[in-house]
Amino acid sequence: MTKADLIENVSERVGFYKKEASEIVELVFEVLKENLSTGENVKISGFGNFMVRRKKTRKGRNPQTGDEIQISERNVVTFKTSQVLKNALNNR
Amino acid sequence: MNKSGLVDALANRANLTQRRAEDVINITFNSMKESILSDDRIEIRGFGSFVNRKYGSYTGRNPKTGEHIKVKSKRLPFFKVGKELRERVNKKK
Repeated sequence: MTKADLIENVSERVGFYKKEASEIVELVFEVLKENLSTGENVKISGFGNFMVRRKKTRKGRNPQTGDEIQISERNVVTFKTSQVLKNALNNR
Repeated sequence: MNKSGLVDALANRANLTQRRAEDVINITFNSMKESILSDDRIEIRGFGSFVNRKYGSYTGRNPKTGEHIKVKSKRLPFFKVGKELRERVNKKK
């Protein structure tokens, strides 16, 4: 499934022209990205939570040369699947 | 931010009624859920992708009682963050 399929579904099921649906779906993901970029988590009940986690500087190695390198501090986005979706996926 | 916050933000930004914005959000996440349930891969350029991963069964322990328990094999969606989002969460303001 790609964004094009989501646009198709939104267009057919909510009743928008393709072009409008396309702009709206883009906005959905834009709002999600903006929120996560400010460090705020996003919780979608029944689907899962998108969380921003702060990673500290740590030491790593270049696997090719074996040289020790510094991995800089960074923010990462993680996804935790909702229990409801986990159960549905595993027929429990 | 939760689902209703997302509905409000979308209604505002896309100039939609609350009702229609809610329909859009529900259909978006329901479509993604259906896709995950049918083991289909989802790819949203700039945001990220979801692929189901299989995990084998293993013997675990209840951390409280120390009791051995059998954990059944399971499938879980794995989210890989997209390039644009990965870069944006690291932009210094």
